[in-house]
Amino acid sequence: MQALVAAIAAVWVITGLGGLAAAGPGALDLEAVARRLAAPATQKATLGELAGSSDPAVERLLRALKDGALYSWKGRLVLLGDDGGLTDVAGRPVLDAAQQPAQLESGQEAVALEEAHFGLVQRILERFEVFGKDPAKRQSAAFKLGTSGDAAAIPILVRAVEGETHRDVRAAMEDALAKLRLRSPDPADRLGAVKQLGRRGSEAAVPQLQALVAEEADPAVKAAARTALQDIDRFVVQRNVVGYLFNGISLAAVLLIMSLGLAVTFGLMGIINMAHGEMLMIGSYTAYVVQEIFQARFAASQDYYFFVALPLAFLAAGLVGLVLELGVIRFLYGRPLETLIVTWGVGMILQQAARLYFGDQTSVNSPTWFRGGVEVLAGLIFPWSRIFIVGLALAALGALWVLLYRSYAGLKVRAVMQNRAMAACLGVSTRKVDAVTFALGTALAGVAGCALALIGTVDPEVGKTYIVDSFMVVVLGGVGKLVGMVVASFCIGLSNKLIEPAIGGTAAAVYAKVAVLLIVIWFLQWRPTGLFPQRGRAATETA
Amino acid sequence: MTVAPAPARKWDPQLLWVGIFGAVFVVGLPLANALGLVSDYYLNLFGKYLALAILALGMDLIWGYTGILSLGQAIFFGIGAYSIGMHMLLESSGKGVYGERVPDFMIWNQVYQLPLFWKPYTSVVVALASSLLLPALLATVIGFLTFRRRLRGTYFAILTQAIAFAVWLMLNRNEMKLGGTNGLTDFKSILGVSLSSPGTLRALYIVTAGLLVGALLASRAIVRSKTGLVLEAIRDNERRLEFLGYNTAGFKIFVFAVSAALAGLAGLLYAPQVGIITPSQVGVLPSLEIVIWVAFGGRGTLWGALVGAISVNWLRSVLTATYPTLWPIILGGLFVTVIMLFPEGLVGLAARAKTLLARRRRAVAPAAIPASGVNRHTV
Repeated sequence: MQALVAAIAAVWVITGLGGLAAAGPGALDLEAVARRLAAPATQKATLGELAGSSDPAVERLLRALKDGALYSWKGRLVLLGDDGGLTDVAGRPVLDAAQQPAQLESGQEAVALEEAHFGLVQRILERFEVFGKDPAKRQSAAFKLGTSGDAAAIPILVRAVEGETHRDVRAAMEDALAKLRLRSPDPADRLGAVKQLGRRGSEAAVPQLQALVAEEADPAVKAAARTALQDIDRFVVQRNVVGYLFNGISLAAVLLIMSLGLAVTFGLMGIINMAHGEMLMIGSYTAYVVQEIFQARFAASQDYYFFVALPLAFLAAGLVGLVLELGVIRFLYGRPLETLIVTWGVGMILQQAARLYFGDQTSVNSPTWFRGGVEVLAGLIFPWSRIFIVGLALAALGALWVLLYRSYAGLKVRAVMQNRAMAACLGVSTRKVDAVTFALGTALAGVAGCALALIGTVDPEVGKTYIVDSFMVVVLGGVGKLVGMVVASFCIGLSNKLIEPAIGGTAAAVYAKVAVLLIVIWFLQWRPTGLFPQRGRAATETA
Repeated sequence: MTVAPAPARKWDPQLLWVGIFGAVFVVGLPLANALGLVSDYYLNLFGKYLALAILALGMDLIWGYTGILSLGQAIFFGIGAYSIGMHMLLESSGKGVYGERVPDFMIWNQVYQLPLFWKPYTSVVVALASSLLLPALLATVIGFLTFRRRLRGTYFAILTQAIAFAVWLMLNRNEMKLGGTNGLTDFKSILGVSLSSPGTLRALYIVTAGLLVGALLASRAIVRSKTGLVLEAIRDNERRLEFLGYNTAGFKIFVFAVSAALAGLAGLLYAPQVGIITPSQVGVLPSLEIVIWVAFGGRGTLWGALVGAISVNWLRSVLTATYPTLWPIILGGLFVTVIMLFPEGLVGLAARAKTLLARRRRAVAPAAIPASGVNRHTV
């Protein structure tokens, strides 16, 4: 590579065109360049000159040369387009004497690109991509140049950085530039590059920096490279921790939103509803059905289906819950184990019915604005759908709290749950309160299912995968307390996601789940009634 | 159901029924099979049902009599089945498709060395001990951790459910080296005799039926003893029993361990006869299904457990063959209708029919319907 650079430099001096690249587009006599490119003797040298160019016309010329579309026509050099038309080097159509589009003679050979120079042309063409229109392509081109170790790309990147407006692409270009400068002959340049890479915590530069530490002669640069490596390590650790925390919080939000419904039916009312998972499933399928309807009928406003699906999921699951309470559960009050068995049966029926009707697996497309996410730290993206679920969980929690503790209806609910007989004496219709409260719990499960459809598949088993976790949340939190639910879901969510990387391997999620379960059992040894137990008589009666 | 123990009584007419049951299933059916009156297929099918009836007996002891809903019974069943399965695979080692010393499924997972925990299972004694004692030991540990801290009722059900779920999750992983989702299968021989010969299967059937009668007698001894009375008292009013000075945790751990050992025995007998054990039989749903067998037959009566296990499994065989996709719905419906409409099960219905008949015959209404054995309001 260095030999090549030297050769190019020599050619610049000899031909007196050293300033050509730096002089920028416009100053270039394209026709002359093309002619020299066409001559085998000067081809290599001319390619060297063009190495630093950012002129789109040069790109077109080189691409034509590479693809065998550069021809000599009546002493001029012309480019053969995909449509068979000829253009000159500046892109204007070539006309013959009769002012008609010119034609090549049949059998004419294209200007040959020597086999040995093919790679060089390829590399030069790749450099042009940093000036492309698509930011994602510019970014990946910059990254490629950074790892190429090609010192000739430095001036191009410098120019590209100057013209770049996109923040992320610019950062990628600066990284690439620093990586290339690591090989600069000037120790000061190297030092600057090392420091920059260390400051940015650029994980991708680690191999280069390690190589530098091994080879570097200059002690200052060597020391700086070592510190930079440490900085990067520290940054990566920090970023991973932030990532794990976010994953944990997002799982906690999922657990929370699922358990809120259980907090009402199990926590408040003491009903073990094993079909709770299927209420979740109903919410998921509501999202799916609404999406299908939007796709078929209102394709234009497809992105808004979710706003329709969310309240519908609430209503659908609530309605099924109401029917369940009126038809089954009210006959089993005071017999929790039998409720458990019967509701499990109901769950099986619902699950199989969904399987027969919808098939085994379907999925919901996130609305377009939920795709992608926020890049919090370099290389760490928080997806919008997860952020949305965290927000939704908090909103649902707030709404439930207000409903239970700050509204007249909530007062009635709490009165019935605390002392049914007394509440009935005071004129509260306990049957009605039971039914509505239970329906509220299942409706919350429906909302959870609708939200979870965004981050997973929609299948009949969806409820079964979450139900055990949700019950653990309620048991750990202490039955009947909202604050317990919040703390418990965060404990379980975070410990799951923090244990997972500690175990590692493909089965980490499974082992983490098992480990968390063991921790919960151990914890219940210590506090059998959970984190926030209910005090007083009600507590002994629910046990 | 059983009444207060009467130690002075030497002969109990119920024993006659046990004798008849034993004569029909232990002697009669295999004899009919040997004479060609009952096909090998049906004998094998009944072998499976009778093994599952032992599982139901265990569930009846803990749920029907003591009122504790354990959703971990399928784990104990799985331990029994996997233990004997491992032994049978090792017994035929080298006879697999690949001729390797490790079972075939390990080859698929690039495991060429027998894992350490498999090694003891080359001995049949270890396999038998692990089938029977390991479940009892595990139940004792779980019981110690939960009952002693007065985690009861729904809490215990949820915890055992979570444990069953965790075990199911782990068994599905290939890393556990227990065959992953495919489980253990392709057993060739047991105790040196080929499993494909009808004679072996007949012998296995006779052993199963005999052990079922044994388990029935043992369970009878427990529920008719003073311990059995305490167990029922735990079901009916545990708090009062505690006030009377009983350490209920000890009794509960005992009955949990016994039911676990019975489940392990059932698994031990099930695997060689059916020829496969997979994680799908070791989870929450299988545990709950056992509850339904017992409830269908009649909880709190040992005959109910037997009748329920055999009839529901027979129903399952028939219906999964004709309506495979509807079976979960039918089973779910069974969960709902049995618990809500027939909480006393088949045995309870039969008893009620009998008293109705007797009443009509005498044309005098007795003061009350005899205690059905199930306290419907405090479980």
